[in-house]
Amino acid sequence: MSLARNILSGKPDVDAKKLTAGQFIEADADVILSNDITTPLAIDAFEKHSEGRIAYPERVVLVADHFTPNKDINSAEQVKKVRNFAHRHGVKFFDAGCGIEHVLLTEQGLVVPQDIVVGADSHTVTYGAMGALASGMGSTDVAAAWMTGKAWFKIPEAVKIVLNGKLGEYVSGKDIILYLIGQIGVDGALYKGLEFTGQALKELSLESRFTIANMTVECGAKYGIMEVDDKVIDYTEKRAQRPYSPPPAGYSIETDKDFDDLMEIDCSQIAPQVALHGSPANSRSVNEIEKIKIDQVVIGSCTNGRWEDYVKAAAIIRGKKAFSSLRFIVIPSTAALYSRMVKEGLAEVFLAAGAVMSPPTCGPCLGGHMGILASGERALATTNRNFTGRMGHKDSEVYLSNPEVAAASAVAGYIIAPGKIK
Amino acid sequence: MKSEKDKFIIKGRAFKFGENVDTDQIIPARYLDTSDPDVLACHAMAGIDEDFSKKINPGDIIVAGRNFGCGSSREHAPLSIKAAGIGAVVAQSFARIFFRNAINIGLPIIEVKDFKAQSGDELELDLKKGKLKNKSSGEKYSFPSFPGFLQNIIQAGGLMERIREESKKGE
Ligand code: SF4
Repeated sequence: MSLARNILSGKPDVDAKKLTAGQFIEADADVILSNDITTPLAIDAFEKHSEGRIAYPERVVLVADHFTPNKDINSAEQVKKVRNFAHRHGVKFFDAGCGIEHVLLTEQGLVVPQDIVVGADSHTVTYGAMGALASGMGSTDVAAAWMTGKAWFKIPEAVKIVLNGKLGEYVSGKDIILYLIGQIGVDGALYKGLEFTGQALKELSLESRFTIANMTVECGAKYGIMEVDDKVIDYTEKRAQRPYSPPPAGYSIETDKDFDDLMEIDCSQIAPQVALHGSPANSRSVNEIEKIKIDQVVIGSCTNGRWEDYVKAAAIIRGKKAFSSLRFIVIPSTAALYSRMVKEGLAEVFLAAGAVMSPPTCGPCLGGHMGILASGERALATTNRNFTGRMGHKDSEVYLSNPEVAAASAVAGYIIAPGKIK
Repeated sequence: MKSEKDKFIIKGRAFKFGENVDTDQIIPARYLDTSDPDVLACHAMAGIDEDFSKKINPGDIIVAGRNFGCGSSREHAPLSIKAAGIGAVVAQSFARIFFRNAINIGLPIIEVKDFKAQSGDELELDLKKGKLKNKSSGEKYSFPSFPGFLQNIIQAGGLMERIREESKKGE
């Protein structure tokens, strides 16, 4: 049985007979997430329609991460509304600077394998890397889940993705997912559930897996779930704030035929990727692109803002300087990561290279603040989206890559493979 | 007040957009510092055309290609379109979060694979009968009605309204 259907079939009130593609079900959510942009709308819907009581306050998590520390009066008012709501209802609230939701929730042990996570943020799919069924929704969905504890789902077709082969140098999760999106396009998995297995997956770090799961929404997927192995159990054991029951040992979809579609990817053939401006599907090998000059490099975000990402970037740029006319922005994605970067000397490596280190925030990733582009400017970012105007002016450009390519390119002043900088 | 029958008929001019219109184009992040529908309405489609909201009459229809509304989960996207007065969106396909957001807030969205229209064409949509007419070209199309589960949400006027109705029934 697919990983997602296995989770759903174990939940109360879910009719196992209805777990076929195209059916609608309602299921209990274990975690109900929203942020400073999506929560205010949910509050409006909730207060208009409910008796004012959240059914399961312990499941609710609110994170102020997008326009925080507040960039202007309007965003301050928005966060005030969220903060007051959190206090009134006694739900978890992470204020400015705590961190970016999808890095923070896993770090804090708020998500465990087999969970159903609904979030008013499209990158809620990130938790699939821990074997949770996690899907992005809207504010009204969250308001409804506050009221009833439940969300509605349409059971999607399930696609099995088998990752094989050994990864090359400077290749990580970002390159695998950019490559995959490049192959199938931004609607290649529309309405589908992606389920990952294979030898290469087992060898990937959890950080790389989070990156892959994070960007499954970039090809339209409803979720991107992965098999749970010892690495996931180990990660969860160290953090989990709740008891959990992992899937039975040895449970694997690798030979399972119960899938609507199958894709095999030979990861040994994947070079470090760059997605050219306009779409995450514009990905190609960094070795195949012409010289693209850049004005800004951003390292961070819920896609590549985990410890390993900063370590890899620091290893490339240690002892070097960012190109003179380039803005090099490093965003630690949680307060704990920031502190560790200071303690273990990574912060010094970045600062010595000329970096601006911002507080934990989504900031420039969504064109919010802390690194907005003017017309005609170009950035290379470790983020997940490069649609028109995503990081600022509609005539600016965003390119996407892994942290090593980003660090190397910060040194060169143009997009370059990590092995090629002097 | 519209009669029960009129509620399902939408008439207006087509405003045409391309494929993969993402939520950064529908409502750029710089306008997400409010949840007020009237303010959001002024910035609908601002990533493509800053003056879009000034050009539309109530009931006008957005026509687009594949994967309309891809990207962020921001409900501000369908909300800004609805609040600007757009009567419906007709596209070849919708990104899934946009789809559910639109259903949840009661913005009619219709998938018609081979629909042809130019900006300015006069369109007429009958949600109940599943008929779409391009009055300018004379071409007629049909589309399947929504499955029962979604019908219930739409008929209640949105997801929250449906939950309320059900909780009242249970009392
Ligand atoms: S870092 Fe970017 S993609 Fe991730 S939650 Fe923040 S804005 Fe969204």
